[in-house]
Amino acid sequence: MSAPDKTIPALSTQSVDKSFGSLVVAKGISLTLPQGERYALIGPNGAGKTTLINLMTGMLNPDNGRIFLGGDDITTLKPDARVKRGLVRTFQINTLFPHLTALESVTLAICERRGDAGVWWKGLPSYHRDAEEAYGILSSLKLSPVAYKPTHELAYGQQRLLEIALALATKPKVLLLDEPAAGVPHEESSELFSVIAELSKDIAILFIEHDMNVVFRFASRIIVMVGGAILVDGTPDEIAADPRVREVYLGKGHRAHG
Amino acid sequence: MSLTTDPVSGPYQYLKAQSRWRVLEVAFWLCTLLPYFLFPNYLVLASQIAITALFALSLDLILGYAGIVSLGHAAFFGLGAYAAGILSKHGWGEPITGLIVGGVIAALVGYASSFIISRFRHLTLIMITLGLGLLLHEAANSAHFLTGGADGLQGVKIWKIFGLYGFDLWGYTAYTYSLIVLFLGFLLARRITNSPFGLALRGIRENAVRMPAIGAPSHAHIRKIYTISAAMAGVAGALLAQTTETVALEVLSFQRSADTLVMLVLGGAGMLYGGIVGSAIFMIARDQFSGINPQYWYFWIGLLLIVVVMVLPNGVLGGLKKLFTTWRGPS
Repeated sequence: MSAPDKTIPALSTQSVDKSFGSLVVAKGISLTLPQGERYALIGPNGAGKTTLINLMTGMLNPDNGRIFLGGDDITTLKPDARVKRGLVRTFQINTLFPHLTALESVTLAICERRGDAGVWWKGLPSYHRDAEEAYGILSSLKLSPVAYKPTHELAYGQQRLLEIALALATKPKVLLLDEPAAGVPHEESSELFSVIAELSKDIAILFIEHDMNVVFRFASRIIVMVGGAILVDGTPDEIAADPRVREVYLGKGHRAHG
Repeated sequence: MSLTTDPVSGPYQYLKAQSRWRVLEVAFWLCTLLPYFLFPNYLVLASQIAITALFALSLDLILGYAGIVSLGHAAFFGLGAYAAGILSKHGWGEPITGLIVGGVIAALVGYASSFIISRFRHLTLIMITLGLGLLLHEAANSAHFLTGGADGLQGVKIWKIFGLYGFDLWGYTAYTYSLIVLFLGFLLARRITNSPFGLALRGIRENAVRMPAIGAPSHAHIRKIYTISAAMAGVAGALLAQTTETVALEVLSFQRSADTLVMLVLGGAGMLYGGIVGSAIFMIARDQFSGINPQYWYFWIGLLLIVVVMVLPNGVLGGLKKLFTTWRGPS
């Protein structure tokens, strides 16, 4: 595809709308994620954050609006085709392969990336390079001690890391992390985020997170959603000072359903 | 699969250990030679078991590995049977090419229907496969000129295999022939399940939602395995037509689809050997029980099925595997 022109955003949306019947879950969402940046997406429950990720990754189709990845219009592409182009997500609720081992799971993602996963006439040992790369990813996330364990036997925090390992195996250009630390104890969550912070700067990251300490520490910019729309978008300092954000988070006419 | 607890030094050794032949497997295949010595009067039954096992194995590829539940898989078995039978009735009785034709016809129909199959899951999928099975059954029933309808296809004459081995009354050739084809089918299935594609299938079974999120074209994978499975079922059907030299309408029946599903669940799905073990249990039980009580023998199959799924959720093989690992020590 195109040469890495830094002025082209890694990911952007243009007035994306979506509703289920009379329930509007996204209205006029326009946002821009520049290359290599770490943006946070925050907002109260039901604000439409996960819906927005579903729309960007193609798990839902928008009623209106367009989605661009590195300048290419991907609005009509299927989810797996978007992943092939480098737009990858993780899930708020573990969405893993319970009876595959951690190594098998990540190897599968690598086989899919390399186009080896359609090969049925050659044994997996011929693809040990894929497995070794998978092992490398697991090691970088400190998961190598459990590489040969079935996923369902992994501790919860390790499963959260495996979520990220699966996404990394696809070599993403843009990574959408849906509450990567959801359910992880407070002390472990900043550990998990330092792993995320250390990821290559070639990857642009948009993450959903409720812990404001984490958000202000790791995000270069924060997007606040309320009731399916973007309320405000700014640097951590701007967001911290914004009275509308305070209102949303500290009550005073708490608009849970917009 | 993930039961190997031996220390592994690296991913390559791990993958190697996953796919190597185990002693029990070799012992299992040696046991398939026992009927020649122990039960020479039952070789006809043994050949039927081998054929049914191949059919169950084809169902295991889609159900046990990709999680596609089908209640109409007999459609492909029947297609293969009729293709081979009709071919020989019209003058070409060479068995090997007959098998290939049976497999190819079933694969073509399987490929065409896979475009529908790959889009649905769960109950919808069960109903669609059931519907396709019924459609084909009635089509064959009404196409009397071609299939003989309810009277069955008569006049099937199969030549000697390689011009040397004719089919005999005692089933020597039939069993040898069926067993070899079953073994080849098994080798193919084993290779598929140990390949990157096999891993992708297990991914679909384990979490169909995650697959697109790691860039996997699940629908294409499903179309491919459905076609392969249909081909294998077609070969099994062709084997039955050739070894019995007739084709009854029953090859396309719902009963056959359901029985095979029962066999696979009895033996244990997703383990390759489950379908083979399940077919042996089912067919031997039918042979024995129907000798005692020809009308009500399904009563015992029903009881056996209920007990097995309640006590051994992964089938007889799954239970044995569990027993074996507990006996061997904690994993």
